[in-house]
Amino acid sequence: MTTTHRSWGRRPLMTAALAGVGLLGLTGGSAMAAQDDDARWDMLRDMYFANRPVEDAGPLLSMEAPTRAHDAALVPIKIATAPGSDVTVKALHLIIDQNPVPMAATFRFADGGDPQTVETRVRVNSYTNVTAVAETGNGRLLKTTRFVKASGGCSAPALKNPQLTVARMGKMKLNLPDAVTAGKPMTAQLLISHPNYTGMQYDQLNYYYIPAHYVKAISVRYNGAPVLDVQSDISLSEDPSIHFTMVPAETGTLDVSVEDSNGRRFQESWPIRANSGS
Amino acid sequence: MPVVEIAPGVFVHAGLHEESDAANQGDIANCGFIVGSEAVAVIDTGGAPAVGQRLREAIQARTDRPIRYVINTHMHPDHVLGNAAFLTEGTSFVAHRNFQAGLMARGSHYLHAFEEAVGSDAAQEVRLMPPSITVTDRLEIDLGQRVIELVAQPPAHTDNDLTVFDRQTGTLFTGDLVFMERAPAIDGTVLGWLGVLDTLSAVPATRAVPGHGPPSAPWPDAAADLRRYLARVVAGVRTVQKAHGTIQQAIATVATDEGPRWRLFDDYHPRNVTAAFAELEWE
Repeated sequence: MTTTHRSWGRRPLMTAALAGVGLLGLTGGSAMAAQDDDARWDMLRDMYFANRPVEDAGPLLSMEAPTRAHDAALVPIKIATAPGSDVTVKALHLIIDQNPVPMAATFRFADGGDPQTVETRVRVNSYTNVTAVAETGNGRLLKTTRFVKASGGCSAPALKNPQLTVARMGKMKLNLPDAVTAGKPMTAQLLISHPNYTGMQYDQLNYYYIPAHYVKAISVRYNGAPVLDVQSDISLSEDPSIHFTMVPAETGTLDVSVEDSNGRRFQESWPIRANSGS
Repeated sequence: MPVVEIAPGVFVHAGLHEESDAANQGDIANCGFIVGSEAVAVIDTGGAPAVGQRLREAIQARTDRPIRYVINTHMHPDHVLGNAAFLTEGTSFVAHRNFQAGLMARGSHYLHAFEEAVGSDAAQEVRLMPPSITVTDRLEIDLGQRVIELVAQPPAHTDNDLTVFDRQTGTLFTGDLVFMERAPAIDGTVLGWLGVLDTLSAVPATRAVPGHGPPSAPWPDAAADLRRYLARVVAGVRTVQKAHGTIQQAIATVATDEGPRWRLFDDYHPRNVTAAFAELEWE
């Protein structure tokens, strides 16, 4: 994958443009920003989807994102799919357009015919569009977009308690709803403790860039069958969090395996007991 | 620069409850100094080299003792960017052992934000230098017939909070471990912060100098509002998490009625709830 090297701390193109036209007034600024956004998207589409057409998703996809990121290192994004009788959604790509590595994660679903809701937390480097692209079973690409303002300043994407985060690396938690009913879709939350170092955080104390070290693959299996596979990168927040949809049986085991960019593997299993659905 | 002598030989300048901008030049945090018979210790230097320079002038207007120590209570820019005004022979910079790593992890971000808020000329003057003395646990500094006691605190407001206690007058410089009037910012751990406030309440101080707020306030009452706020954030976030609620729901509901009690609440509260949420889900 191509990555562009740009410091998290330095002002990216987009913000520079916004600041520059700020004096000209809001209208001019918005028009120019919109042009920049379009140009950036065209570049990303070519990079990730090799010039394939990407259509508007319409009601097939919905996305929730805060209009302003209160903590630029931890911005919750929720995406839901609504497959129809004639269309399935087998994968979702989450792209933070202005980030140094824009592709934050790809979620692959075992059953593209079921409605899926995924939620995660991302780092947002500057004012940016956040784009979700669905890949349908018949090979179409459909997108929806939200604009997120980063609050900047003190919310630098640095770890608040680095010693704790590193000591806890690889630990996982699974949060389930209070009522789990066999045969009924439910939302579960998987938390993976990991610093998710971006490779752009400079440790001037020791005079080096802390090497990128991040969760790159998450595999969720239920009773041995795939539920969700995630490919992820440095745009996910530290301690990655994934909410996902699954349908439990009366008894079963959820297995999660995680691989990070250093080749470390973490595994955990949880028994899930559901109420009888009948 | 106006400074108040809050106790014999202890002076404080109170910063404004604003975000840094070109008009206030980054003068938004409390800073102060303690005068001994031999030497002066400065505690925080304000949010810009120009603020540090005015503090230096205020010191020189009150004593001819040399400024031997510049103590930074933590790495936030509104407390350290004035350091540049004290880069002279014979002045030691003192900070928590985690200070430099915390500052450098965010240094370019701070500089960029400062340049945008205050101006590029002011930004040219900024110097981020490593401390010459680091505190791992405790350190006593003798200013001449006056010993001040520095304690490196465990992670709380940040992971590098340092308190300064002047035994002679019973004055505790808390840095940003105590916010009054201005909304606090959680940049470390909220549970750790509440724990450190417990520890500090046992310090036999008669008054505290908060990082933001009045130049001086009775101790331990000075921390009462902050403790209430942080405890409410923790309790509220736990309630939302117990009901499997989201960060957005927590932001919309937790401790929002604290708003009228704090300046700049809307700028900091949502972020505090977010930080507490991420921390508490690992309990």
